[in-house]
Order: sequence, then structure tokens, then C-alpha cells
Amino acid sequence: MNGPQDLGGQMGFGPVAPEKDEPYFHADWEKRALGVTLTAGAMGAWNIDESRHARESLHPADYYASSYYQIWIKALEVLLKRHGFVSERDLEAGKAVDPAATPKRVLKAENVPAALARGGPCDRPVATPARFKTGDLVRAKTLHPTGHTRLPRYARGKQGKIDAVRDGFVFPDSNAHGQGENPQWVYTVVFDGAEIWGEGADPTLTVSIDAWESYLEPA
Amino acid sequence: MSHDHDHDNELDPFAARVRALETILTEKGLIDPAAIDVIVDTYETKVGPRNGARVVARAWVDAEFAAWLKRDATAAIASLSYTGRQGEHMQAVFNSEATHNLVVCTLCSCYPWSVLGLPPVWYKAPPYRSRAVIDPRGVLEEFGLTLPAATKIRVWDSTAELRYLVVPMRPEGTQGWSEERLAELVSRDAMIGTGLAKEPA
Repeated sequence: MNGPQDLGGQMGFGPVAPEKDEPYFHADWEKRALGVTLTAGAMGAWNIDESRHARESLHPADYYASSYYQIWIKALEVLLKRHGFVSERDLEAGKAVDPAATPKRVLKAENVPAALARGGPCDRPVATPARFKTGDLVRAKTLHPTGHTRLPRYARGKQGKIDAVRDGFVFPDSNAHGQGENPQWVYTVVFDGAEIWGEGADPTLTVSIDAWESYLEPA
Repeated sequence: MSHDHDHDNELDPFAARVRALETILTEKGLIDPAAIDVIVDTYETKVGPRNGARVVARAWVDAEFAAWLKRDATAAIASLSYTGRQGEHMQAVFNSEATHNLVVCTLCSCYPWSVLGLPPVWYKAPPYRSRAVIDPRGVLEEFGLTLPAATKIRVWDSTAELRYLVVPMRPEGTQGWSEERLAELVSRDAMIGTGLAKEPA
């Protein structure tokens, strides 16, 4: 979706503000927000693509006014309600009022190290050979899907070159919507700065994206 | 260690919102609050940019490891026991005199947790995400880094599940240094590309 998350090339957000010796957390609630998000995700009711889509589906005004942990929590409430774990009445009461759906699993403290060390690999075998090879000229399609996608707007319609053929990976555009993993080949595609940004572009700049095969066509 | 904000949190509506959510999920038996403590401890004390710095230092002293890191970063990094969440599919990119690499996630906050830990706030915020791809030199200036005009800049937008680690150039005057000493020169920002390795003091 052409949502608030698609930030590449947007303007008006001001300077980057690096913080010297930045702490990992700026308040204790951020620690709990991280942990609640990860432990709730570990229930296995949704995948990372659905959670990303829930975040980018916040209203743009809300998204831009929120810190990243706030975005996580707001999206988490949506996911928990959608999957029947938390009700509006629970949230209003600030405590458990309604019964919850049954999770696939509950992540216990003793299993956290193994779960974090395992992560969630999302490379998958693809039955068909890769359509493109390194060096091929390709064009990112002009697409405006209303659902989740990982093709940034700045690359759409632009010509680039296959820089690397990666592996097969779960296709987020379908996986985010419960429509299956449908793995596809992923490629690193590199674009000249001038191809993307035109007049005035930094002549020394190249930008690459990692693109699923169906985002691309031969140029 | 961050300072304690507990007293402020009593007044902060968002802190109350997170606490309520944790309470609801705990009361329903859906999460284990002790698991949250372990997660927080992991990213406060175990998994952070020291991991990545050791990878870089190894690559600086061991050409064979550097070649492996270039070819199969996931396996090379796993050999130092850095694996896991948001580091499942790693790619290392090497700075040179000719090319400087910079990593961003314009679409969310993708970041190589297994080697750098949790991302800093600026990495997840709109100013960096919006400008890194269109005005990287301007962004780098805000980190106090001015690159030579002829240096090529390659920006890696982490739009899929590959996570990028920048291997900065080894500073001059560090011949014979141990890996441990070299790792001290490798900052988090150097491994994102918003900085360079520190010069020896």
C-alpha cells in the first residue's frame, strides 16, 4: 500500500538527530513494549509480514506522530483483536474481561534464548529456476497494490540491474494477508541515482533494493 | 544501562497502555512476563554492536574469513556464534577507497539484530529513512562524516529479509593489533555506514 511507511525520498522530516551514547531504551515501558511484541508474536497467530502491514496501516497522521515502539504497540493491539486474543472491553478495562482464543504456543522464559537464537528464517525452496541472472537489465513494475508490498514507490517504473540473485523467500504481499507463503526468487537490484531521482541527483549514488521476482520485468 | 524512568511512567499514558496490555495478556495466560525480562536482558547485555565489531575485526586480520564473509555472511558470522532473530539472512558489504556503503530500511526498521542489537531511534525515524536514499551525503554530514566528492555511495535499502552489515576500512597504523583491540575501533555507526572506523588514539 502507498502508506506512511514508504518513506524513501519523502521530504520535510528535518535533520537526522543522532544521539550520543544512545541508551537501548528511553523509558522502561519501551522494554516492556519490545517484550510484549515479541512474546505475543511467538503465539504464532500471525507472521512478520502481517505485523508489518498492521503497522503501516495505522493512519498516516498517527504513524508519523508515534515513536517506533508506539507504532509497534498500536499495531499489536490491532493484531490481538483481529485474532481474538484481546477485546475492546479488555483494553477499556485494562484487565482481562473476555475469554481469549487459544494460542499455538506460549513462549516461556526458559525457552527465550533458543527462540531468539533460532529466529525465523524465511528462505524457501522455489520450484522454478530464477528468471533473471546477475547483470540482467530489469525494470521494477509500476504497481500500486492496496495491500502489503515491499516494493518502494521510488523504485517503481525504474530501470536497474540485477546485482545478485539471492534465494527463494516467502512472498510478503500474499503472506501478510493469510494467502500463503508463495515463495519467489529475490534479487538485489541496483539503480543509478539519476534513474531514480533525475535532475540534480548525486552522480556518485547508486541505490539497491531487494526485490521479489514478480516485482520485476525485463528492461 | 538506561536510567530509571519508573517514576515518570506513572504519569505517562503510553506507559499505562503498555502495562495494561501486558497485564491482559498475562492474566489470559498468553504471555509469560518473565520471558519479557529475558528478552530485554538479552538485548541490553548480550546481543549488541560488540558482536558485529568482532566480525569486522576478524575480517580485518583474516583474509580467508573476509572472503567467507563476503561469500556467505550468514555462515561466516554463525561461526562466531552470532545467529538468530533478524540475522537469519546476512550480507556483508565492504567499504573501499572507491565505494562507501550505507544501510537503510525505508519501509520499516529492518536491521541486523544478531550483530548490532536493537536499532537506534534515528534509524527507525522518518528523517533517516526518507533521506538516506536521496541525499546520503547530507545525512552523513549530520553524523559529522564528509566523504571525498569522488567516493561512490552505495545505499542498500533493506526491503526484503536480507540484513546488511557494513565492513568499514581498517584504519592505518593498526598493524599487528589483536582482534580485541581492533574491535574497539568499530562503532555501531561504522557498521551501518553512518560512520567510519575510529582512528587509533
